Order: sequence, then C-alpha cells, then structure tokens
Amino acid sequence: MAASRLEVRKTYKLYIGGAFPRSESGHSYEVHDSKGKFVANAAKASRKDVRDAVVAARKAFPGWAGRTAYNRGQILYRIAEVMEDRRPQFVQAVQQSEGGSAAQAGRQVDEAIDRLVWYAGWADKLAQVAGNANPVAGPFFNHSAPEPTGVVGVLAPQSSSLLGLVSVVAPVVVTGNTTVVVSSYSRPLPAVTFAEVLATSDVPGGVVNLLTGDAATLGPWLAAHMDVNAIDVTGVAGDLDTATALEVAAADNLKRVRRAPAAEPDWTAVPALTTMTDFLETKTVWHPIGV
Amino acid sequence: MVSTGTTTGSPIFDYAPAPESRAIVDIKPSYGLFIDGEFVDGHGHSFKTINPATEETLAEVAEADEADVDRAVKAARRAFRGWSRMPGKERAKYLYRIARIIQERSRELAVLESIDNGKPIKESRDVDVPIMAAHFFYHAGWADKLEYAGLGPNPQPLGVAAQVIPWNFPLLMLAWKIAPALACGNTVVLKPAETTPLTALLFAEICQQADLPPGVVNFVTGAGDTGQTLVSHPDVDKVAFTGSTAVGKAIARSIAGTDKKATLELGGKAANIVFDDAPIDQAIEGIVSGIFFNQGHVCCAGSRLLLQESIAEEAMAKLKRRMSTLRVGDPLDKNTDIGAINSAAQLARIRALAEIGEDEGAERWSPPCELPSSGYWFPPTVFTGVSQAHRIAREEIFGPVLSVLTFRTPAEAVEKANNTPYGLSAGVWTDKGSRILFMADKLRAGVVWANTFNKFDPASPFGGYKESGYGREGGRQGLAGYLKAGA
Repeated sequence: MAASRLEVRKTYKLYIGGAFPRSESGHSYEVHDSKGKFVANAAKASRKDVRDAVVAARKAFPGWAGRTAYNRGQILYRIAEVMEDRRPQFVQAVQQSEGGSAAQAGRQVDEAIDRLVWYAGWADKLAQVAGNANPVAGPFFNHSAPEPTGVVGVLAPQSSSLLGLVSVVAPVVVTGNTTVVVSSYSRPLPAVTFAEVLATSDVPGGVVNLLTGDAATLGPWLAAHMDVNAIDVTGVAGDLDTATALEVAAADNLKRVRRAPAAEPDWTAVPALTTMTDFLETKTVWHPIGV
Repeated sequence: MVSTGTTTGSPIFDYAPAPESRAIVDIKPSYGLFIDGEFVDGHGHSFKTINPATEETLAEVAEADEADVDRAVKAARRAFRGWSRMPGKERAKYLYRIARIIQERSRELAVLESIDNGKPIKESRDVDVPIMAAHFFYHAGWADKLEYAGLGPNPQPLGVAAQVIPWNFPLLMLAWKIAPALACGNTVVLKPAETTPLTALLFAEICQQADLPPGVVNFVTGAGDTGQTLVSHPDVDKVAFTGSTAVGKAIARSIAGTDKKATLELGGKAANIVFDDAPIDQAIEGIVSGIFFNQGHVCCAGSRLLLQESIAEEAMAKLKRRMSTLRVGDPLDKNTDIGAINSAAQLARIRALAEIGEDEGAERWSPPCELPSSGYWFPPTVFTGVSQAHRIAREEIFGPVLSVLTFRTPAEAVEKANNTPYGLSAGVWTDKGSRILFMADKLRAGVVWANTFNKFDPASPFGGYKESGYGREGGRQGLAGYLKAGA
C-alpha cells in the first residue's frame, strides 16, 4: 500500500528589508477563510517589527529614490509580470480570503495586475504632469518638480485583500518612496504572496516592507514614528476615532496624512493622481541667467 | 545710530539721513474688525500695536472673541455662494482691480508696513509691496483657467478659508493667502499677527475701494486665542497657516478627524552652502541677504552658512568686512539695511539664543554698531566654530544671527545641510553646473536657490519638506491648496 504523501504547509512570515522574518515577538494569529475555516497561522507583527521595518525602509530610500524613473517603471512592470505568472495562486488566495466565485476572484487579480501596469507607466511621466517651468519676473531659470517625500506608512484596506493592497502600495513606491505596509488583518494571505512576488521582481530589499497584523495596534507606532514622513490610514476606514488618533499622532513630525475614507472605496475605479501626489514634495530650483 | 565703519570702526562714508515721510499714512487711534464688508467693533478687549523702532503706541486694535470669529465665518459662508458661482472671468477682474489699487497706494502700504513691522522702507517698498501686487495679478489670471490647474476638469473651491499669518511679512503673507483663495472661488477669514495688524486693515479699505462683495474677505484681529478659535471653527473648510512649527503641529492636531484641508508654512534652518569655486563676492552678497534681509525674520533665511574649509578664512574676512557696512537704524530711512526687531518678545528670544551660542562655545562677532536707545534692536551677528549639536545650529533664531560651519566634500555638505528636522529652503554657491544639479537633487528642501538666495515670485511654488510644513503657495502647485477635483 503506497503511503499517501503528507502536504508541506507554508509558514506565513513578515517581509522586512528583503527578508522573511517571523515576528520578533513570536506571536502569530489564526487566519480563517471566508467561511470561517482555519487556513493558516500568520505572523502577528509587533511594535519592534514596525521599527525594524522603518529602519529598512529608511535605508532603502536614497537608493530607490535615486533610481531613474525608467528603472522604477521597469521594476513595477516586472512585479506585474511575476504576478501574472502566479495568477492561479493569487486567485485561490483571494477567493479563500474574500469568498465569492473563482471568476470574481480572478477579476480582482486581473485588475490588480493591470493596476500595477498602469502605475508602472506613470513612473517616467508624473514629473512632466506634476512639474513645470515657472516664468518668474526676473532673469532666472526656475523649475518645479515632484520628489518622493520619504518613508510612507500604509495601512492597507481590510476588505480588498489584493486589489486594495496593490492600489495603495503601487502609487507610493512608483515615485521613489519606500514603505511599511500593514496588511488586512483578517485577510493577510494574498499580501504574503504579494511579498513573495516583490522579493523575486528586482524590487530592492526595504522598498516595500509588509507586515501582517492589526492596523489599530500597529498604526499608532507607525503614526508616531519620527522617521516616517507620511501615512495612509485607509486601513482604518470607517473607524473615525482610530483615524483621528492616528492623525493626531502623525502631527508630531508633521507627517503628510492621507485620511481614511468613511468606507472602503470601489477599487476598480481609475485612481486619481492624488494617490501619487499626496506623497510627493514639490521642489523648486532657482538659478540666475547671465553670461 | 548707524554702523558705517570697516572692521576697525573707521567710517567709509557718512550718510545724510534720508527719511521717507510718514505723512502719507493716516493711523487712526483705534481699529475694529472687518466683517461682511464693514468695519465693526469687536465684542472683546482691545490690544495695542506699537512701532518697534520707537516703542510708541500706534493704535488700539480690537481683539476678536469667539462671537466675532463666528460672525466673520458666517459672513464668509454667506458670501461663498455668490463668489464661488461667479464666472471666473468676473472674479479675475476683482483681483486685477485689487492689484492695481495696491500699486496705486503702494507708497502708503510700504510706509505703514515699515512703521508697524520695523522693516526697512527699501524692503517694504521694493520687495513686499511689489510682490504683493504681483501675487494678485498672477492669481487673477488663474481665476478663469482653473481647469488647467492639474486637478482635472471643473475643479471646485473648498469653501471658507481660515488663514492665519505671521508678523514678518504682513502684506506679502496676506497676498500669498488671499489671492489664490479668492481666485479659486473660496472666501476668507484672515487673522493678521497681533504685532502687525495695521496693513491688513488698510487692505480692507482696498477691498471696499474695489467693491469686492461683502464677506468675501474678512479680517479678525487678535492673538493666538483668536487664531485658534478661527482654525477650529466647525464651518471652516480650509486652514492656511504661516508661522512656527510648534503652532503648525497644534493646528494639524486640532483639525485631525475633520474634512479640513491644511497648508502649513512653518519654520526653517536653511543651509547656505558655499563651495571653493563659488563666485565669492556674489556669494557674500547672497549670504548677507540670506540672513540679514528683513532682520533675519524669514522662515527661509540662510541661517546656517556651510563654507568649504579651503575658503572659510577668506570668506569670513570678506563677510565681516561686508557686515561692517550694514546700516542698522530707522526703518523709514531709505539707507537703512537692517531695521527694528519686530517685538520685545522676539528680541528676548534672539538675545537668549545668542547667549546660548556663546555659552556652548561658539565665537560671536558683530561689527561696531551703535544701536538706537529706544525700540528693539539687534546687531548683525555671526557665530563661528559652530558644531551641528549647538542649539544655534539647530533652532530657528528668526533674527540677524548667522551660524557658520565648515565642510570638506559635497557629500559632507549634503549630510550637514539635511541634518535638521526642517526642510524649507537651501542655498548652493558654485561655478560648476553639474555640482549645482547634484546638490539641488540631494538637498531635502522645498526651495533651492543656486547662486542666488531669498528670491520670491508668485509664479514660483514655495513651501517645505519635513517639519517645515506641507502644501505649496504660489505657482500652479499652490492652487491645489484651494481646490478639489470636480464631481
């Protein structure tokens, strides 16, 4: 009698600085599918994990911001390519997390891949749309261009486990920011698979750091961190008290804040430019003209 | 009362006094608030505004209380309906009209600005008021072209803007705030600084003269409490603040969880970096205007001078010689380079930080300089031997005090320049084009002046990185602070 083969189960981990550590706290939490069945244990990120991720993101920032826009666009497109390659896995993960049919999950995955391609194309165009020459009243060359603001904390949406995640991460990094992302708490597995895609898509380690865990617990550490430049609190949509507390904490170093909507938006809509420009600075350079 | 000597104190030139007449301004003994197109009495107390060059009381000004602020916001709300629906080309003509009146009354505005603020007449006359007029001209032209602002078709105004401005450029900051707000179809309640309310009230007369619809622009005078009441008023849609980083943070906290949009223009500690190949005489002029323009009461002042080590000695000698020719004294004298410190409180802060600079071991130098006996004065001052840890290298002094550090390599200059929580402006002086672009790329600051400093223009966006605030004022980017995408 042939022995039936024992399945090798995957350990779901965090993604920090290009590596896949467990939470330093040793904590994990149970992840269930849309019908309430146990699926896996996910790492439960701690305050220390947030701090480690911020250090990794800060370290990666100059190099990533210093890449050519063309190169960042290439890398985002590469993420889309690798996602396409692993499409069945994403469809399964999204269906498991969000429920519904395989076809519905498939549309979410397709939309997420297309979203990355859309943002990839913005890499070397946004400065032309958001920047310009300034005709000042004097003999000066004067020019304004967008620059990344730095390290951006992102609380990813709770419902849309993949399309929502991609829709908040891609606009932040395509312009040269680096990020610390807290995934959906109850639907973290597509995010973990997305991290595995990032790790194999030429995205430098530390550019995207992905933590699975509770946005309400981790958000305050991210919002209060003095080496984080901006925060997107979409992940606490509908919870005005938490969103307000995060915005108050963010004021300690005047983080740029993308406020939480009253409810999670329709992620299939074409994104506004503000998804990118909210995390950009305008730099204006003057130089005299003369012989 | 003026310093005209070389470093040894012997005069190069004697200047005859050249005072601008103050007869052109008519300062009333007391002023009320400007609400719904009319001057009205406040419900609260009043406060005195003084001439910082003489300490004479200029006028009593109403201190707006909560009821006054509410009345002003209600007036702005009522006016919003008509103003926002008015065709852009009609709004534009009001702004053009205001700009022209500013030009016509420029001398009056400049003299009153120098009297209430203490800044030299040559600056109020040649910088503040002309650029103020330019801001209204520039934004007037935007009013009927907002679909090209970059927010998509049919962008919409936000509503009522609560604007709080500082005392260092009372008229210019007023223009930076009001011109874009109005062009985009918003209405305004603005609080001028408590030490410099008079020119805003003169501008209120200009609004009347231009037949601006009542309630489109309202002024509430007062101190911090009035400002706090204004920005936290529940019917305000937009907060625009220029001032200290501490107050900016408090405002950011107070509007958390609301739908209010904010533009914050806060403090700075700009590096002015001079490389060994810089055109040195131009650089010295840039250093001087960078820190001594407007008594150093400038958020983007070049208050940290970074000299490349190989030219530090030569540059310091030239800088000291140039500082010795700066004339400190009567703001209304056309020869004056450095006027009065705006208030006793600010003078005390500058003195305290300068003493801390000495206590921490930096070397202090000022040219021989006789200061007037009354009024608030501080001589142009430079500290050498400053380290990055010194408080005079980290904190905004907001006065005519320059801290000098040195560096060896471009990388070290970048490192030191960016070693601050601020990020408003920076200066670079070098003859090498590729190095200018390298430095401009690496400096984390909203405005980089290369081979120039302290240049402002309504077409040029201004605003900071990091704790210097967020949002931009001026240029196409500045419109984003007063518009939202159309439905």
